[in-house]
Amino acid sequence: MKKFLNEFLKGIIKENPTFVLVLGLCPTLAVSVSVINGIGMGIAATFVLLGSNIIISLMRNIIPARIRIPCFIVVIATFVTITELVMKAYSPALNRALGIYVPLIVVNCIVLGRAEAYAQKARVINSLFDGLGMGVGFTLALILISGIREFLGAGKILGYTLFKGFEPAFVLGMPSGALLVIGLLLGFFNILKNRRT
Amino acid sequence: MKNRLIVSVSPHLHKDESISKIMWMVVISLIPAGVAGVFIFGQGALWVILLGIVSALITEWIIQLFTKRRVSILDGSAFLTGLLLAYNLPPKVPFWLPILGSVFAIAIGKQVFGGLGQNIFNPALVGRVFLMASWPKYMTTFTKPLNYDAITSATPLAALKEGKVLEHISHWNLFWGIRGGCIGEVCIFALLLGALFLFIRGYISWHIPITYIFVVGLFTYIFGSKSVFTPLEMSTAQSGIARFLTGFSGDWLFHILSGGLILGAFFMATDYVTTPLTRKGQIIFGMGCGLITAIIRLWGGYPEGVSYAILMMNAATPIIDRYTKNRIYGTK
Repeated sequence: MKKFLNEFLKGIIKENPTFVLVLGLCPTLAVSVSVINGIGMGIAATFVLLGSNIIISLMRNIIPARIRIPCFIVVIATFVTITELVMKAYSPALNRALGIYVPLIVVNCIVLGRAEAYAQKARVINSLFDGLGMGVGFTLALILISGIREFLGAGKILGYTLFKGFEPAFVLGMPSGALLVIGLLLGFFNILKNRRT
Repeated sequence: MKNRLIVSVSPHLHKDESISKIMWMVVISLIPAGVAGVFIFGQGALWVILLGIVSALITEWIIQLFTKRRVSILDGSAFLTGLLLAYNLPPKVPFWLPILGSVFAIAIGKQVFGGLGQNIFNPALVGRVFLMASWPKYMTTFTKPLNYDAITSATPLAALKEGKVLEHISHWNLFWGIRGGCIGEVCIFALLLGALFLFIRGYISWHIPITYIFVVGLFTYIFGSKSVFTPLEMSTAQSGIARFLTGFSGDWLFHILSGGLILGAFFMATDYVTTPLTRKGQIIFGMGCGLITAIIRLWGGYPEGVSYAILMMNAATPIIDRYTKNRIYGTK
């Protein structure tokens, strides 16, 4: 049991997809304007990761090595389509806010990266925990980034204004602000990592 | 006699210069422009300048203390960054604006890259552009010159962008600084005085500022005939060629004297750290700055483009340096 827990936890801190592996930056930059968008994107990506990791792990012995990437893409695209249709049906507002970045999960490098680097070589149960951990790590990173950006860039958290008279810095709501926040957080986490070693 | 013979390796000629001395000399050369700005816009401008400088120094001190680097707040570079940032702000801004600008300029513009000499972009301009993108409302509200009641007025370039006609501003008014604008950019006379001092002492060369100003003048002369001094004749519907044929009548002197061109060209585009090293590279740098400034002013969304032009060319500096390396004597 402890082994599975480790598989799950490594995606959150030690191999966090955003801050350690530095994968999936395109959706991170684009959707981290507000916490709601961040959570929505994180859950969608987690579901796709979980599904694709399990299926690819199940099929790891029958996928020919030379055409593995197209096979992964077909599996991933199936789960992305499911996600998108569900989101359209039950949360159209979130779907509109995330826009093109929901279908673009197909080419999200975290999903493809886990399929290529982990699921195609590992047992199903391990792949399940790996996908779950990576997805939760991605979601937490998105919440952190979008929380900072929403608070400083719009003066709100989850859509509620916190302080009256606080004048937000518009730049953090723009893509350049996302780059700034991600860069500084990366630096901060690297400092923490260097301190520990 | 024997003891006086000192054998040492070259170089044998020492120049009594240091980074810190150069920084303080630039600060001294900027004093007239600040005095003129305070005279034109009133006491508020003085507070903006002081807040900018003090918060730049404190930020530098805290970061150097925190990162356990040698504390060098007296070398003048942080002082100069704070001063230049304040000169790039409108005279009536909330007190936290120069503070945040200086903190951002020193922390993100300079110390994140490793401190003095390591930064890619001019820190003061990084601070200004951050403020401009974050709080555009305060950064584009200018007060009327020589009127200490804080009546807002547009800068000449903003008026030009909106297509207004400003008859009451003459070239002489622009030269002496009787116009709306940022604290340090308005009084061209005072800026030229400081620049002349730097030229005579040899701290800046003509290559960047003169090419910069010349290219802006040339471009606005060819393409900028939609001047504030002549009524609007051309509609935007006219084609580029028709525009070009009616060109060669732009008010180039207006464009050189207004906005932050003189301040930018002499004091910020000549920063040693962020500009090319070779003479050839410096001329390319100046031309690029001039081109981008003129394009932003004539066709861009903002009325003024000096800060963006210098920052963009700062980004191009490493590649300019690579292609303009001086040939080492004796090699091909």
